Amino acid sequence: MIIALLQNIGHAAFRFLAVIGKVSLFTFASIRWTIMPPYYMRQLGRQMLDIGYYSLPVVGLTTLFSGMVLALQSYTGFARFSAEDTVATVVVLSVTRELGPVLAGLMVAGRIGASMAAEIGTMRVTDQIDALDTLSTRPLQYLVAPRLLAGTLCLPFLVLIGDVIGVFGGYLVSIYRLGFNKGLYIAKTLEFLQASDVVLGLVKAAVFGFLIALMGCYHGYHSGRGAEGVGRATTNAVVSASILILIANYLVTALFFG
Amino acid sequence: MTSTLTKSAKIEISHIAKSFDGKPVLKDISLKIEDGQSYCIIGTSGCGKSVTLKCLLGLITPDSGSILIDGVETVGQSRTARENMLRQFGMTFQFGALFDSLPIWENITFRLRQTTAMPRAQARELAADIVVQLGLEARVIDQYPAELSGGMQKRVALARAIADKPNILLFDEPTSGLDPITGGVIDSLIVASVRNLGATALTISHDMASVRRIADKVAMLHKGHVIWQGPVGDMDNTGIPEVHQFVHGHATGPLTDEAVHAARTGV
Ligand SMILES: Nc1ncnc2c1ncn2[C@@H]1O[C@H](COP(=O)(O)OP(=O)(O)OP(=O)(O)O)[C@@H](O)[C@H]1O
Ligand SMILES: [Mg+2]
Repeated sequence: MIIALLQNIGHAAFRFLAVIGKVSLFTFASIRWTIMPPYYMRQLGRQMLDIGYYSLPVVGLTTLFSGMVLALQSYTGFARFSAEDTVATVVVLSVTRELGPVLAGLMVAGRIGASMAAEIGTMRVTDQIDALDTLSTRPLQYLVAPRLLAGTLCLPFLVLIGDVIGVFGGYLVSIYRLGFNKGLYIAKTLEFLQASDVVLGLVKAAVFGFLIALMGCYHGYHSGRGAEGVGRATTNAVVSASILILIANYLVTALFFG
Repeated sequence: MTSTLTKSAKIEISHIAKSFDGKPVLKDISLKIEDGQSYCIIGTSGCGKSVTLKCLLGLITPDSGSILIDGVETVGQSRTARENMLRQFGMTFQFGALFDSLPIWENITFRLRQTTAMPRAQARELAADIVVQLGLEARVIDQYPAELSGGMQKRVALARAIADKPNILLFDEPTSGLDPITGGVIDSLIVASVRNLGATALTISHDMASVRRIADKVAMLHKGHVIWQGPVGDMDNTGIPEVHQFVHGHATGPLTDEAVHAARTGV
């Protein structure tokens, strides 16, 4: 009974380590092929458009409403000890350091992580990846490298725009609903904001972008057989990317202020 | 007629075995295919024909055994050696495996454009030439695979396999799911490609009429073994009940009995 339990725990631990090993090998091989020529510029362009441009509405809406609700919440909270004038600072710091990157990351994980896993998984189960390989093209270089690069480059850009929109959302609520003075609010917004706050957010974004693309590609690439396999790959890509984003968020923050 | 001993083997598969998750699919497969020969593999569904072909391409690594191509061992070879070896292969996959995201002309000229700096205009022209030879209209080159019928996709897959004139051709069920006329057209295309390119061909097929048209030699796989191989003309008189049933498509016989037994016992 206890032996069986220990055996199960042992097997699970073993499987977990095996997965970590597999993901690491995949990551190193992909990074290697990202650096080595040839470079597939058209693939890169397509991915950048898909991630950077077509995710704008989703990221914009998410950060807009988050900035708005943040202003409302912090106002009612801080009003209890008459610190209403800190609303602008709270909004800008929370958005640039936490909400912008994390919310954009999670939204993009749902959108892009899923579509990458579905696309590459479909290519796997229909033998298109094998076909690539036999047609003198390395699948990691043709499929994975452009996605990793595009994810890493585009997320900071998305987050920067998301930051501006989120802060603007806070501004709208503060001015038109809470009755703040426009000039004063903007001055307060900029007063305590440091370059390092924005940089921290962008570093996080780059890490999240890499993780999203990595999970999308990894799960798609190792997709099981049939439509069911692709479905599972898609779910796993989104779930694992989201969890890794939250873990990486803590680690990067701790590293910056460690 | 030269004896088989003096003719060089283009492809020599010896004693390969492969299991998936402990379930053996190939147990002991040996095949020898001579230069310029058109070889067919037949066998019931799920007997490992596609797996054999993928072993040949190094897409699946056999658990044991050896595969020589032009006398060179390819199991466990280096990545660079494999990449060079693959350049002489043209392959069609069972389900087409055309690239969904690329138009037909880019599908057909994919390897040429990867390995040579062929300009776009020239590649389009070449693709149009090939599809016309295969009985399609030249304008399909700007369409995407999803917009074509199954038969048209099969022809495009064939076009992609022969576009850069490989000297080993592998076809996985090139005529399955086609009407008999289109199937006949594909068969003659295969025969013509083998003849014109001087290539060696290995074709998997369920379609006995098609096998008779394209094959010089035939091998039948069954339960992980090659149970018979020989010239296509001898196929009808092998004296092996399984081969007899398969070749003549009889509903009853040893293959059916085994399938029923396997379904009952779950083995
Ligand atoms: N990548 C794989 N992972 C696990 N099992 C596999 C894999 N590829 C093939 N198999 C199994 O190996 C067996 C043989 O498959 P294969 O595709 O070679 O059959 P086949 O002879 O080509 O059949 P068909 O005529 O239906 O195409 C099947 O049972 C299949 O489930
Ligand atoms: Mg098959």
